[in-house]
Amino acid sequence: MAEIKLTDLTKSYGPTEVLHHVEGEISDGEFIVIVGPSGCGKSTLLRMVAGLETVTSGEIAIAGRRVNELEPSARDIAMVFQNYALYPHMSVRENMAYGLKIRKLSKAEINRRVEEAADILEIRQYLDRKPRQLSGGQRQRVAMGRAIVRDPQVFLFDEPLSNLDAKLRVQMRLEIRKLQQRLGVTSIYVTHDQVEAMTLGDRLMVLNGGYVEQFGTPIELYDRPASVFVAGFIGSPAMNFLPASIEAEALILSTGVQLAAPQVSADLAQNSAVLLGVRPEHLVPDEIGPIVIDVDMVEQLGANTLLHGKLSGSQHEIVASVPGHVAAEPGSKHSFSAAPELLHLFDPKTEKRLET
Amino acid sequence: MVERRPLTSLLTHFVLVLGVIAIALPIWITFVAATHDQFRMNQVPLPLWPGTHLWDNLNQTLFGAGLSGTEGAPVWLMLLNSLAMAMMISLGKIAISLLSAFAIVYFRFPFRMTCFWMIFITLMLPVEVRILPTFEVVANLGMLNSYWGLSIPLIASATATFMFRQVFLTVPDEMLESARIDGAGPMRFFFDILLPLSRTNIAALFVILFIFGWNQYLWPLLITTDTSMTTIVMSIKQMLEAAEQSPQWNIIMTTALLAMIPPIFVVISMQKLFVQGLTETDK
Repeated sequence: MAEIKLTDLTKSYGPTEVLHHVEGEISDGEFIVIVGPSGCGKSTLLRMVAGLETVTSGEIAIAGRRVNELEPSARDIAMVFQNYALYPHMSVRENMAYGLKIRKLSKAEINRRVEEAADILEIRQYLDRKPRQLSGGQRQRVAMGRAIVRDPQVFLFDEPLSNLDAKLRVQMRLEIRKLQQRLGVTSIYVTHDQVEAMTLGDRLMVLNGGYVEQFGTPIELYDRPASVFVAGFIGSPAMNFLPASIEAEALILSTGVQLAAPQVSADLAQNSAVLLGVRPEHLVPDEIGPIVIDVDMVEQLGANTLLHGKLSGSQHEIVASVPGHVAAEPGSKHSFSAAPELLHLFDPKTEKRLET
Repeated sequence: MVERRPLTSLLTHFVLVLGVIAIALPIWITFVAATHDQFRMNQVPLPLWPGTHLWDNLNQTLFGAGLSGTEGAPVWLMLLNSLAMAMMISLGKIAISLLSAFAIVYFRFPFRMTCFWMIFITLMLPVEVRILPTFEVVANLGMLNSYWGLSIPLIASATATFMFRQVFLTVPDEMLESARIDGAGPMRFFFDILLPLSRTNIAALFVILFIFGWNQYLWPLLITTDTSMTTIVMSIKQMLEAAEQSPQWNIIMTTALLAMIPPIFVVISMQKLFVQGLTETDK
């Protein structure tokens, strides 16, 4: 059982704190994706779990054992690096066997494990090649093979797909997911790509500026984003944000338009300003809808159409995503409505979700 | 692209041929001189075509007393001395530089950069500059007339350390991290990963250092008084001044020819790695 527990984890470089009080519990066999923009500390957090970065304060426990002071090799983990970090002078077989050789496993056992992993990843025919004779996707497989043969308690992935082209990335993404489900190994995966995060993760940890913004399932993050940052980060195209205020159970946009308000907690004062968030795909075309967009650009994506424009009577940018083909001219007006339960309200100061 | 015209083509070939002659002629004359006997070499004009005494000269130079009428060591011993010195200098330098560069790049210890700069500063102090104090030290250590005395003072140098430092800096950090996760300790990482990765650089450095060591003249001249420790490069000069008689050109040139062979052998056999080591940048 390899559950991971992060307790009040902090990382500082000199006086600069880059990770602030990270908490999280990962259960056995779970696939966790740490996602966030570059510089948010996600790789640092992963490297701390791996033991490649020291822990400033707090505790990391793997399978109930504190590992803060343990060498990476003693933590029973395997890591896949962004640039694969294969040893260029060793063949694929030697690359995969190197860690096992150090652990002094018998030749037969090493061979068995390497060949088993090679079969899983379908790289058996490349076993005697050098890494430079392989394509990017094949190297990626070897890097994963090197992780698999160790039979670790935890897999760590540091943006392993970002060096691949788009098509291969989608394919490898599925393979990683299938592989992880098949092996049932607890995994932590770092990426800046929210689509990758949504498709891979059992749960997502969204990091921003060293703080955990939210830790939950992809659907939780999509349906109930805890902050403006998460709301804007998850989902594509990004959520629209409009300033509004609450008045007598109704939601008034800055242009004076009134919307049916979602359930608001009682302590929310009347007349208080809020930030309204609504996803482009939740804006439904409606002849008499209250939300009117002055369209200034149309993107035809085939399956759906994106209408970019301004909220009529204001300068607020807004995007609507409409299924199918929509004939819309730049300069035309389109009306939309949105179901109250699909509206998100945030505190404009703290940018936190207002519970509804 | 350079234009192809008959005249420029002719001119470039002319210059190239001239260059080849300028380099090859002295070597040809050396070779020719090594194939005649002593009497022919003292007659004017000097021969331009090989004679028939190459084997005699080789035999006399290598296994005879060398120069007739002197107490010099046989040339095979000099070759051996030179070889020992050149090998000790190049291998010693490579071993020490690899280790010190490894320490400087991969370990955090107090005064790390101070150490690096101290090594670096010795670049400004070649043997010729510190020759008296170095001689004093070597003499006090009782290393005169020994292989140790010949090689150790020349082993200390910053160039190789500096070069390996640069090589190690190009090895991606992930390589080290990956090795750490695989459970490789520092020395294991050094031998299993770093050494194979710097293979071509080591070869290039070996070629340069071997020739550097082989061609040492001043230092061996200073610290060897025993003829059994003479190196071949210093002996050529001594042969010229030997005795009262006219120089025995056939023997001297044969010696010179023999002195050329090991460096040429090293260069040719390591040519491919040498070029890779100097040009290859990606790891």
